[in-house]
Amino acid sequence: MCLSIPGKLTAITSQLDDTFRIGKVSFGGILRDVNLSMVPTAAVGDYVLVHVGVAIGIIDEAEAHKTMEYLLKVENLDEELNSQDS
Amino acid sequence: MKFITEFRDAALVKNYLDQLTEITTRPWTIMEICGGQTHSLVKNGILEMLPKKITMVHGPGCPVCVTPIGIIDEAVHLVKDENVILCSFGDMLRVPGSDKNLLEAKANGGDVRIVYSPLEAVSIAQKNPHRQVVFFAVGFETTAPANALSVVQADKLGLKNYSILASHVLVPPAMEAILADPETRIDAFLAAGHVCTIMGMEEYYPVAEKFHTPIVVTGFEPVDLLQGILMAVRQLESGIAKVENQYARVVLREGNVLAQQTIHEVFDVADRKWRGIGTIPMSGYEVKESYKDFNARRKFNLDFQATKENPECISGDIMKGLKKPIQCPMFGTKCKPEHPLGAPMVSSEGACAAYYQYAENKNLAEV
Ligand code: SF4
Repeated sequence: MCLSIPGKLTAITSQLDDTFRIGKVSFGGILRDVNLSMVPTAAVGDYVLVHVGVAIGIIDEAEAHKTMEYLLKVENLDEELNSQDS
Repeated sequence: MKFITEFRDAALVKNYLDQLTEITTRPWTIMEICGGQTHSLVKNGILEMLPKKITMVHGPGCPVCVTPIGIIDEAVHLVKDENVILCSFGDMLRVPGSDKNLLEAKANGGDVRIVYSPLEAVSIAQKNPHRQVVFFAVGFETTAPANALSVVQADKLGLKNYSILASHVLVPPAMEAILADPETRIDAFLAAGHVCTIMGMEEYYPVAEKFHTPIVVTGFEPVDLLQGILMAVRQLESGIAKVENQYARVVLREGNVLAQQTIHEVFDVADRKWRGIGTIPMSGYEVKESYKDFNARRKFNLDFQATKENPECISGDIMKGLKKPIQCPMFGTKCKPEHPLGAPMVSSEGACAAYYQYAENKNLAEV
């Protein structure tokens, strides 16, 4: 039940006030209604992390890329450290 | 799907394993807090692939597993009332109470409904104005905003027939309790990425410092977990103990402030009993006095302290990282997912169930 899954916000379907919004989120093509009250800045096209029907965070694409490139960074760092040692 | 497949990349996983093997010189014990991470580690076979020197132990991060037996009894008691509709996440239904579980209560005619979100329970309350709808609000910090939001929404809608039976637990106090236990020997923690999505990282800095223990906020995919472990081992090998964020694509240092505000609108921090562990001071959420009409415990005068825990279950030792599920004599014999003796065998995020499922798959693969 602790599972939170990323999905793409495809539409805002209802907006009662500034914060209370409901949107459609696509999880690999399966659409679900998601409460967007906790992510007021989420816009259509953003990837959001959804937990028990509520979006709890927006996924930062640039940070996602950094994660993928972490190992590369580690290797560079090692080289730097080694060259400093010598 | 985007943001999932790339974090399961086999070549990248292998690179991480090579790096880990290269830098690990001493034996290290690392605890992942979250049951979702336990499940992912077991399911993806990562435990077997790790260098022998690294031991992963599985923390108390499965809300299904730590919900005290007294609260299950309260839920079972509630559904005896014909006027009550009890809504719950599906995995709470088979958790053994002292006498019955919710599935049996349902079979006996109780109106128990499985919902995906607490907000669904609010709609059920709207559609059934003459009945009392209670949502069984278990969970860690991750689930607290949704549960709090359901109360705020029910209040806005003027509903008088909605309440929650709250059993919320908090991660940092449990980590401290585990570290302070003289029997435990945990060198580093992987903190739960989704809890931190809500709460941020601030709470972990004093813990890392006080116990000189590295804490790496980590995601759930294989690449995330291996990167988290690598970051922890790098710290351990160089004698550093700081808080790092592997899961920066989702976790901000300050967390989701709006979600925290929603939590604090509805809940107060209170002492909480953890199944298998005992009471940990200031480790849970209780519904605030200002929302007392939405507190099922108050509305129905519930106070079940009784705990008839099965004495054969060693789940407390497992959740403190002292033992592995396979070291329990009941594992796979008297205790199976179909007949769980303890809660960690119920939820797929429970360490016992994760090991059991995995052992089964392995047997199948060997046939
Ligand atoms: S295997 Fe069953 S009895 Fe043993 S610790 Fe796990 S849940 Fe308890």
